[in-house]
Amino acid sequence: MKTTVFLGTVAAAALIGGMAAADTLADVKARGVLNCGVNTGLVGFAAPDANGNWSGFDIAVCKAVAAAVLGDASKVKYIPTTGQTRFTALASGEVDVLARNSTWTFQRDTDLKLDFVGVNYFDGQGFMVRKDLGVTSAKELDGATICIQTGTSTELNLADYFKHNNMTYQPVNIDSNAEGEQQYMAGACDAYTTDASGLAATRAAFADPENHIILPEIISKEPLGPAVRHGDNNWGDVVRWTLYALIAAEEYGVTSANLEELAKSSTNPEVQRLLGASDDYGKMLGLDKDWAKRAIAASGNYGEIFAATIGEQTPIGLARGLNAQWTQGGLMYAMPFR
Amino acid sequence: MSELHAQTVAYVRDTMLPQAAPPMRQSGVVLWLRQNLFSGPLNTILTLLGLAVVWFLVSHFWPWFSHSVWNASSMAECRQIIAERWGEGATGGCFAVIRERWNQFLFGFFPPSEYWRPTAAFGLMFFAIAPVLFTESRGLRWTVMAVAAVLTFAFCVLLGAPPRVLAVLAAALVGLTALNEYAHRGALVFSLLFPFLAVWLLWGGSAWGPACVLAGFVVGFAVWRVLARFGLFAVAAGVLAAAGWWMFASGTVAGVLQGVLPVALPQVESRAFGGFVLAITIGVAGIVMSLPLGIILALARRSDMPVVKAFAVMFIEFIRGVPLITLLFVASLLLNYFLPPGTNFDIILRVIIMVTLFAAAYMAEVIRGGLAALPVGQYEAADALGLDYWKAQRLIILPQALKISIPGIVGTFIGLFKDTTLVTFVGLFDPLKQMADTIRATFAWKGAYWEPYIFTGAIFFILCFSMSRYSMYLEQRLKRDHR
Repeated sequence: MKTTVFLGTVAAAALIGGMAAADTLADVKARGVLNCGVNTGLVGFAAPDANGNWSGFDIAVCKAVAAAVLGDASKVKYIPTTGQTRFTALASGEVDVLARNSTWTFQRDTDLKLDFVGVNYFDGQGFMVRKDLGVTSAKELDGATICIQTGTSTELNLADYFKHNNMTYQPVNIDSNAEGEQQYMAGACDAYTTDASGLAATRAAFADPENHIILPEIISKEPLGPAVRHGDNNWGDVVRWTLYALIAAEEYGVTSANLEELAKSSTNPEVQRLLGASDDYGKMLGLDKDWAKRAIAASGNYGEIFAATIGEQTPIGLARGLNAQWTQGGLMYAMPFR
Repeated sequence: MSELHAQTVAYVRDTMLPQAAPPMRQSGVVLWLRQNLFSGPLNTILTLLGLAVVWFLVSHFWPWFSHSVWNASSMAECRQIIAERWGEGATGGCFAVIRERWNQFLFGFFPPSEYWRPTAAFGLMFFAIAPVLFTESRGLRWTVMAVAAVLTFAFCVLLGAPPRVLAVLAAALVGLTALNEYAHRGALVFSLLFPFLAVWLLWGGSAWGPACVLAGFVVGFAVWRVLARFGLFAVAAGVLAAAGWWMFASGTVAGVLQGVLPVALPQVESRAFGGFVLAITIGVAGIVMSLPLGIILALARRSDMPVVKAFAVMFIEFIRGVPLITLLFVASLLLNYFLPPGTNFDIILRVIIMVTLFAAAYMAEVIRGGLAALPVGQYEAADALGLDYWKAQRLIILPQALKISIPGIVGTFIGLFKDTTLVTFVGLFDPLKQMADTIRATFAWKGAYWEPYIFTGAIFFILCFSMSRYSMYLEQRLKRDHR
């Protein structure tokens, strides 16, 4: 059974060659399901429940894109990827979009031939220490032992930071977040370093969060965003403007609750364009008029998604910080719908 | 003389004293302790050291284990319950995570309504292996089959299999037990059919797909049978016929048959596999295929034909020289670049192929050891009887060589099964690490570190230990030499 499918596909694919992969939008529509590359599990960003239903901050992006393109937020196949497999999964066409808390860097954008369509979370690397260590600044960590996940950009950032500040440290290499927490709890290292969002979640899950502090220094820029394959600009546009639709919706006060009402009655021309009430912007993307409406309806606007998955009301309790709208002093800035 | 004596001695004992019990230190528990644990200064020290280690482990582990909580909905609740019950500062295991997520450790992301399918496949597997593995002890065979039948049925009921399925399953279980008892050859046919049944149960879809793949073997065999007198040509024709069937006819025929008589289960994608369903699927497939492949490689390496021998040596040494993780990366990442875009070459199939090749190389060396251990007289005797190469191998050499290699073979099997956890590196949900990490990604269970390890470790131990015990049983059973 598998053999025939395989041989048949090889033959067919050999005829069509690379052409098939160039139009991702058509592929997704034909397939009727969006292949979304996600994390194998990261608190708040992507995690399955006991029934295997995924939810989280990154998952919401997948749902919004599926809603915009296919009209149904549930038509997503979540493909869990590890740090090693994520980019090859995208490059080989196994996933259509990678919504997996991946940092937008120069190398990845150019050398790895990815296109980051935007940023859905501005993160940065921080440190967590036990309170009784008496350290209040990362500058005081000279000579400390630090738990660090190997093979990640955080490892390189840490080396850069200590070198830049003329300090030394003793790395304790760990393989996963869970192991890092365990080592840190067991006192194998003075400080634990990873993305600030991860530190906040880790601290919140401790039995004694009040005995641990996250140091104020953020030593790196980690703009996390969805990525698509280089070269399929149309598909990149679809994902980019779906993300912007979510961000813009928050800016203009469009929520999943007042969506229908505003689509009919809003007098703001930008909202009218966004929701397809006046011009047909969807057509320019190769979608229909209501694409953004559906994307917002999927799990709400950017602010709603943030609040429901990682915001201050959740156990993880992240403040908006850099991820507030630009009007609120943050960096979230959707390009104009015009 | 004796009379004289009688007069000189005042008292003569005429009954024997009852035998006294040996001194305390020469009997019972004390003797056993003295002989086995304290038989000398070195052994005494070792015993005391061992006791200290055991005490250290138990005293550290037991409080944690005895304070474990099974009923909670999050780590925080667990901690609260432990603090309430055992006082502030007490630590305890939070096995509630297992209670809440056991299904994912066992079945991964398999649809819950289909949990009965892997369960049935696992249960039926025992009926497929019983006629092969438990041929000589009727009692043991019966025990294995009865336990498998009862448990399979019970679990399928518990996991909510539809009544129609349960009826078929019950009939199949009873039928297979009877088949094993009254028609041994028929039972062997089921063993051959089982892989196709298992594939269908696990992945679902139309039953005619695997059936038509199976038909390919029948076509090939029929062609070979008809042309058998042409020797090697017949083999080539048979292979060609089977390949032609698979490439051109199989899919169409399956489609037509499905249209006429639809027999289908809901399709389950390979991505949904995880936990022990994944580990056991890969492990069993690898075990079943690596043994024959290993035998062929071992024979090839001892062959007189230089090309065959060179190929076998290159293959074995290459595979043994490369870590399994590298092969898995090749399967999951590198192949993606080589295959045309959009090719859907199943990831589990790729992993199974790599694991099989890897295990086969080790298996070949284990079996080659068995072949080398046979006295050369056995080979000469086979030649003297006028047996051709294959008959000599089948009837004289391999039965003895395999018997010698049993511990090594089973050791390789156990290693292979445990190696299936390495699939975590290619993004598959192995039960030990990836599934546990994923479950910890839910905030409620963040921090549940040891509990999943203990749970999966226990299941792995049960499975591996059973294999090991079976190997010892097999060695006992085959002990027919003149030692």
